[in-house]
Amino acid sequence: MNEALQRLRGNAPVQLLLGLAIGVGFGACLQIAGVTRYDVILGQLLLTDFTVVKVMLSAVAVGTVGVYLMRGAGLADLHIKPGSVGATVVGGIIFGAGFAVLGYCPGTVAGAVGSGALDALVGGVTGILIGAGIFAALYPRLEASVLGVGALPTATIPDLLRVNPWAVVVPLVLAIAVVLYGIELAGL
Amino acid sequence: MDWTPYIAGAGIGVLSWLAFLLSDRPIGCSTAYARTSGMIEHAVRGKAVLDRAYYKQFAPKVDWEWMLVLGVVIGAGATALLTGAFALVWVPPAFEAAFGPSVPLRLAVALAGGVLMGIGSRWAGGCTSGHGISGTLQLALSSWVAVFVFFASGILFAFLLYGVTP
Repeated sequence: MNEALQRLRGNAPVQLLLGLAIGVGFGACLQIAGVTRYDVILGQLLLTDFTVVKVMLSAVAVGTVGVYLMRGAGLADLHIKPGSVGATVVGGIIFGAGFAVLGYCPGTVAGAVGSGALDALVGGVTGILIGAGIFAALYPRLEASVLGVGALPTATIPDLLRVNPWAVVVPLVLAIAVVLYGIELAGL
Repeated sequence: MDWTPYIAGAGIGVLSWLAFLLSDRPIGCSTAYARTSGMIEHAVRGKAVLDRAYYKQFAPKVDWEWMLVLGVVIGAGATALLTGAFALVWVPPAFEAAFGPSVPLRLAVALAGGVLMGIGSRWAGGCTSGHGISGTLQLALSSWVAVFVFFASGILFAFLLYGVTP
């Protein structure tokens, strides 16, 4: 790996500034797309407005090609999250309930705060902080019980299928293009 | 046809390249809230909080992802000001149309939803960013499972909440 790149990654103060800068760009994208609005997120969950799906799928299509190209060139490493039925599925169900009731997620709630949504600031952020604190307090008991149940492999789909990553990346990008085209055709 | 969501989505994709290349990190948001919660609890209740097993994994301090979430507030705020979309709103229009204009009601509902979201995102090990975009673009199995469950559950609860019968 490039030495300059390694030095950059090891420079803690510069990394904090990079995190901030990437966050500013991320927030600008979320705001331009309109997904910092409660109405747009609830519209997605009520299946009347597909803006959230359009943003996420185009981010994934562009992101996956670049990240796998950089990985092939030795410039990027993957960071695959572990998961299990007890953690990913049970936590995901609780997340979904929060998603519908709050109408923002942890990234879009921060963007909503910036755009002036006071329900996001006073209700949403406060609630997420309380919820994260409750989880931290319950963590030892949850870890000893539900979180490990039905472990999923910490692996990528191409690794599990034992194929070249591009055998998944290319069909995925094509599938995303077809889905988005279908959404536009349906006028959603 | 409106290209805005696609341009914004592609922009997020490019930002994720930069995050992997320059910082060796995926974009994610939910651990920043866990760290902040730990910082607040530490300030209120003292050092014992730092002994919690969870905060040994996610130390209650400002890190890259914390700065990213701060950046999201700034980036979305600046964009909203520049485009004239900035507005102080207590009750979003769709909520008001369904449940009325009560500010305390919206705040109570948002608080309850936030608590669920805070628990759920840490329980699942990520959110719509960390699993939904960064995990899926890496083709991680756990993240594809997570994002499918997030939306299936979110759609179910939204339909229940808004009293829509499928």
